[in-house]
Amino acid sequence: MTTDATRDAGAPPFVTEGYKPPKATHKARVLPGFRLSLGITITYLSLIVLIPLAALLARPWEHGLDGVWQAISDPRVVASLRLTFGTAFAAAVVNLFAGLVVAWVLTRYEFPGKSLLDALVDLPFALPTAVAGVSLCSMYAANGWIGSLFAPLGIKIAYTPLGIFVALIFVGLPFIVRSVQPVLAEFDAEVEEAAQTLGASPMQTAIRVILPSLLPALLTGFSLAFARAVGEYGSVIFIAGNMPFVSEITPLLIVIKLEEFDYAGAAAVAVAMLALSFLSLLVINGIQLLLSKRGRA
Amino acid sequence: MSLVVKNITKCFSDFAALNDVSFQAEPGEFLALLGPSGSGKTTLLRLLAGLDQPDTGSVEFDGADYLKLSARDRRIGMVFQSYALFRHMTVAQNIAFGLNVRPAKERPSKAEIAATVQRLLKLIQLEDLGKRYPSQLSGGQRQRVALARALAISPRMLLLDEPFGALDALVRKDLRRWLRKIHDETGVTTIFVTHDQEEALDLADRVVVLKDGQIEQIGKPLELYRHPQSAFVFEFLGTSNEVPATVSDGVASFDGFTAPAVSPKALSGAQTVRFRPFDAQLSPTGPGFEAKVLSLLPAGSSLRLELQTPDGKVFETQHAHESEASDLKLGDTVFVRPSKVYVF
Amino acid sequence: MKVRAPEAPKSFPAFVLLAFAVLWMALVILLPLVNVLAEAFKQGVAPYLSSIVQPDALSAIRLTLLVAAIAVPLNAVFGIAAAWCFTRFDFPLKGLLLSILDLPFTISPVISGIVWVLLFGAHGWFGAFLQANDIKIIYALPGLVIATILVTLPFVARELIPLMQDQGTDEEIAAVTLGASGWDVFFRVTLPNIKWALTYGVLLCTARAMGEFGAVSVVSGHIRGLTNTLPLHIEVLYNEYDSVGAFAAATLLAGLALVTLVLKSLLEWRFADELAAHRRH
Repeated sequence: MTTDATRDAGAPPFVTEGYKPPKATHKARVLPGFRLSLGITITYLSLIVLIPLAALLARPWEHGLDGVWQAISDPRVVASLRLTFGTAFAAAVVNLFAGLVVAWVLTRYEFPGKSLLDALVDLPFALPTAVAGVSLCSMYAANGWIGSLFAPLGIKIAYTPLGIFVALIFVGLPFIVRSVQPVLAEFDAEVEEAAQTLGASPMQTAIRVILPSLLPALLTGFSLAFARAVGEYGSVIFIAGNMPFVSEITPLLIVIKLEEFDYAGAAAVAVAMLALSFLSLLVINGIQLLLSKRGRA
Repeated sequence: MSLVVKNITKCFSDFAALNDVSFQAEPGEFLALLGPSGSGKTTLLRLLAGLDQPDTGSVEFDGADYLKLSARDRRIGMVFQSYALFRHMTVAQNIAFGLNVRPAKERPSKAEIAATVQRLLKLIQLEDLGKRYPSQLSGGQRQRVALARALAISPRMLLLDEPFGALDALVRKDLRRWLRKIHDETGVTTIFVTHDQEEALDLADRVVVLKDGQIEQIGKPLELYRHPQSAFVFEFLGTSNEVPATVSDGVASFDGFTAPAVSPKALSGAQTVRFRPFDAQLSPTGPGFEAKVLSLLPAGSSLRLELQTPDGKVFETQHAHESEASDLKLGDTVFVRPSKVYVF
Repeated sequence: MKVRAPEAPKSFPAFVLLAFAVLWMALVILLPLVNVLAEAFKQGVAPYLSSIVQPDALSAIRLTLLVAAIAVPLNAVFGIAAAWCFTRFDFPLKGLLLSILDLPFTISPVISGIVWVLLFGAHGWFGAFLQANDIKIIYALPGLVIATILVTLPFVARELIPLMQDQGTDEEIAAVTLGASGWDVFFRVTLPNIKWALTYGVLLCTARAMGEFGAVSVVSGHIRGLTNTLPLHIEVLYNEYDSVGAFAAATLLAGLALVTLVLKSLLEWRFADELAAHRRH
């Protein structure tokens, strides 16, 4: 019997009876599955992400550097890039403030309907972009719920850059809230109390003590919201109006070029957009690094 | 000999975690690996369990090469420092795990497994808690479940990594005695890692003292305490005072007095000698080192003194409550005289 | 460390902040959802129902479910394998692989679509070969599936990696010393510990797979009844000024989003400890 747990009088200790050493195997890693899991990971990532992206990066060069330059310096492309990055930036800035307030309210106050409000924050994540797109468009159109309020003032929202901006605000909010919320919830209450014992007003405490420690999280949220807004398609194209030079976003321009079978041009603009957005993220990460070097992260 | 470890060396990048380590364990022995953090004791335990591989050296168990076996095949009962209980399983399921995962041919029947679990629950005195989850147990209870889980597989050897590290002082003492009892009942060869000298001396049949990846000394607790082979062992096992002296033929000479000197390496000449707090005598007049009383503290059954010499050196001494020391006050001047010193 | 507990707002600034947050969320986030329902039922229940049971709408629903049914399990298996390999082992270039894993989150869905056209489209790398062998990828089901896979690739892995990192390997190593085989370790120890995070990741992945618009729009070709998923069906109807039809279809997806949110909140509330602490979407 191999399972004798207590020692019978006189019997040998309950060790190793019936233990037959198995055939010797030498394993460097204790946990199994390294080769299998790494194999799956690398194969899958290569097939789904790397090879397709390589196809994208390789494509623009078929008409040479000149061809690439021509494709991306086309005034229509430049106008679309300016519009895309400009509205994405503006929307992310607005969300920075709105998101901070929402995160603050959700972590600091207790009020009826709070969990509903909390769940609602994720709606833009969960709502398919096409649904958001058509709904925002009909709301902000001149005969829509909100558009009709502004129409008498001579302000058009749908089918203008303002519409794009509004749609990107919808899309970006959760990124800021969900980045800031955990940091705010974990904020050491004693630090805050220390500030108060030193004579700081609640406002001073919030601005001088809490806000600085939120900066890295705010920047993370900002960069996520910005990156998402730059690439956003579904919730924007309905409300944008898609007028060349005025309200035509870069992702749409890429699709248009593709539909005209201008693969090289589409790829060139796509690569330019990717490069610009990575550059922006790099700058934001750089700022974040600077902040963390000052001991705030 | 059940376990023979020979010339084990293990490096992590440039840092030698273990350097030419050799020792043996008798069947049924209770062995402690004692050392400060970074001494390589946990690395050694992991090598024995098969969780790491040495660079060179050999590990044999009952004459078979252990290094060729994977951790899974060694059948070693390992009790982790964090206990590593399966949090989604009940206590009983945790204990039964090692039996349930055996290949169908070797697996005991359901009834046998249930019986083993019951027996082990009784052994660890948690008979009523089989249905609880680990999160519903206290630290000491978790520790015992981890031990029962390791014992359930009828291990060839039991390894414990800082078994009492995460527990508070009171529970610790209790469990220590209990662990010794379990070991005596089951008779499994047991090796445990600790940085607490008191624990090692209290529990183990023999203690392996490690420092910087090398073995400093192996011996029975009393042997280590009475015959330390190095300054490190001497200092690691208790408080030590240092003074310069001239040593010859087993006698240390100081300014105006002498004391018997223990010297494993038979050193002589000008040396630094060491003495224990309780190997010190106080007198109001000398001979001895003149010192002022810095502090007077009760330390259980004895009185602990901190004394400072005029040149700033601090001695720690220990005396019976009813002795020449009991009348001293802070700031008094006394003369300290070691009654026995060690030279390394 | 002490953490401040939320309390009822007392000061004037607190009420201002609360009012702003509630109004902002109502106007910016909630209103578009309410608007979907209002538009869908603008002309009553009958037109709503009839536009949902249109053959084109039904085939769009079927296609959406089919695409998700293929893409999500593949990404789930990948996510588990990737999380296992990233959190259980150290190997060179791990950081690089992790950033590649995150790419689909940062690139535009449109780009996630056109890469497939560049590979398999009429003028793509393999276009001629595919045409010669009469294999259709772009403007067909395979294209929709691979575009969806690319867009939703990180969801499961990103949910599991932080959690498995947090949980560490202690329990698994203990299982190995107790004699468990690799599959035993995975199915008896790892999987029970990650099951709720896996459910969570699969939930988000499914929601996104069914709602994806940009990437599939590029590879779909918008062939009614054949390659239109539900989001594309909405676009087609909306552009044809069939507002009720478009919003009727939109209510289905909005319903899906609400169910997702409810399940998500439920999981977060019930299994907070067993989900990863920090999330990104």
